[in-house]
Amino acid sequence: MSYIEIKNIYKIFGPHPQKALTMAQNGENKDDILAKTGHTVGLQNVSLSIDQGETFVVMGLSGSGKSTLIRHLNRLIDPTAGEILFGGENILQMTTPRLNAFRRAKLGMVFQRFGLLPHRSVIENVAYGLKIQKTDKAERLKSARTWIERVGLAGYEDSFPDQLSGGMQQRVGLARALTTNPEVLLMDEAFSALDPLIRSDMQDELMKLQSELHKTIIFITHDLDEALKLGDRIAILKDGALMQVGRPEEIIMNPADDYVRAFTRDVNRSRVLRAKTLMQPTSTGNDTPANTTGWPEVDANMRLEDILPIAIACPDGISVVNRDHQKIGTLSKDQIIAALAA
Amino acid sequence: MFPDKLNIPLGKSVNALVDWLVVNYGDAFEAFADALLTVLVWLEHLLRATPWWLVIVVIAAIAFHASRSWKTTLGLSLAMVAIGMLGLWDKAMQTLALMIIATGLSVIIGIPVGIGMAMSNKLRAVMVPLLDMMQTMPSFVYLIPALMLFGLGKVPAILATVIYAAPPVIRLTDLGIRLVDKEVLEASRSFGASRAQILWGVQLPLALPNIMAGINQTTMMSISMVVIASMIGARGLGEQVLTGIQRLDVGQGVEAGIAIVLLAVVFDRIGQSYGKRSQRTTTTGAGDGA
Repeated sequence: MSYIEIKNIYKIFGPHPQKALTMAQNGENKDDILAKTGHTVGLQNVSLSIDQGETFVVMGLSGSGKSTLIRHLNRLIDPTAGEILFGGENILQMTTPRLNAFRRAKLGMVFQRFGLLPHRSVIENVAYGLKIQKTDKAERLKSARTWIERVGLAGYEDSFPDQLSGGMQQRVGLARALTTNPEVLLMDEAFSALDPLIRSDMQDELMKLQSELHKTIIFITHDLDEALKLGDRIAILKDGALMQVGRPEEIIMNPADDYVRAFTRDVNRSRVLRAKTLMQPTSTGNDTPANTTGWPEVDANMRLEDILPIAIACPDGISVVNRDHQKIGTLSKDQIIAALAA
Repeated sequence: MFPDKLNIPLGKSVNALVDWLVVNYGDAFEAFADALLTVLVWLEHLLRATPWWLVIVVIAAIAFHASRSWKTTLGLSLAMVAIGMLGLWDKAMQTLALMIIATGLSVIIGIPVGIGMAMSNKLRAVMVPLLDMMQTMPSFVYLIPALMLFGLGKVPAILATVIYAAPPVIRLTDLGIRLVDKEVLEASRSFGASRAQILWGVQLPLALPNIMAGINQTTMMSISMVVIASMIGARGLGEQVLTGIQRLDVGQGVEAGIAIVLLAVVFDRIGQSYGKRSQRTTTTGAGDGA
């Protein structure tokens, strides 16, 4: 069983959700339910399993229910039906004090418009989670200072949020979420409000932090490029229902339906596809080392955009090797071109 | 003509209710009135016994603390001196005592009620029409039953003032809390903050500019009640206006009227300065105005 299990979640918005819920469970269409009952279906039969340590991206356009979904994980919103398990414990059965203790111990959240306390300085904002936990003041300021430094904001401890740029404010938001050392980081369109260049910086920063911290990250975005860059796995949501869940290459190579395909059309495939996805695997039996001598070797996880110049220089072929430099497959220039043209 | 048969004898029932209250709970009302009166009399004595210059120094100190401006401080001190020069210092101190008690009571009742309204839509649905009523009902309507319950004098004057002056601070506390950024609240909840931690750490500090504006309006409205309050026996500047009108002594009325306006200006400027400062600390940090 995975660390986080979301089982058959439905969320109906409105004063009397029961009838609309029954209709949704019978598979009726969102628009029909709205017309007949006046209730909006926020989430429709969503089930997900998220493993510890993975970066799981939920992708969808506005109104797809992605922000509603992430708020179910810390119960800022309660579902109309379904179960949410963290390490086997159903968080929907928690009492308020138990839920607050759970939020304090396990979760950190980063918001689209930052959600910083405007009347508190940067260091007080970063220390906020520890203050809620009634941690000793000297100690919480010490951890806050460490994290401020780690996200590159040293020197701004005593500034106030509105004196900082958007990118810097979100660094504060990220530091605040990390200071309590949560197992799970919930990021709701965390970088969507930032300029493209800053956004890219923040994505790199997050990936760097993640490579050291190995948190479980649930990241919400409407930007497929962002999803493909950050996600170990991606779930695509439309009108409150899951369209497809898979690794970035799977989404690109095998879109589940026309909706997903339309999304993937404009993606820079060379940035997503990796050597191991495209290669012709070498079966141990008929290995023919003679043919491949002199071929350059590339790592199985190397992205196509990095392989491309090598492929152009060596038209014969490329060997794909795993982490231990064992050869696991081959790539030809034609294969690469075919993948890019698809 | 509207048919008489459909008349509801509401007036009679209200009379019966007031009679019943006076007969059965007269003692309780009196005890409450005595307690309030004790505080008021003590404050009035204190203000009247304090040398005039010391009162002005204290007001100037508060004005400077609020505005951090020598100009404002000087202006407000001069306004107080002018009241003394009109020969109305003692009356002004009586009015000031009444006003402080009435405003204090309004704030003590108003802020918790406002918080309750922000938290509960049900309470809000009950309170909004009640507040409308408190603000539009002619004050004589509740002055008379207040007289019957508490007797003539200062206590019914305070209660009438509170009924009239409390709505702004209640409304603006409610509004201020409801206007707090939803994402900031979500952030606070997502870190596991309890309701009390959210209220004291997020909602009240962020609603402070609105609450201060409410307190300022409440103060202004309680000053505007002094003349009406004097009709049921409250002493002070209102009494001067009233006797001026009764004796057709226009000059006396104008003098007292000016003194009331000056007192209002002093409190308005102080209140507004505090409001602005609270706004500065909640939106741009510790007063550097960036």
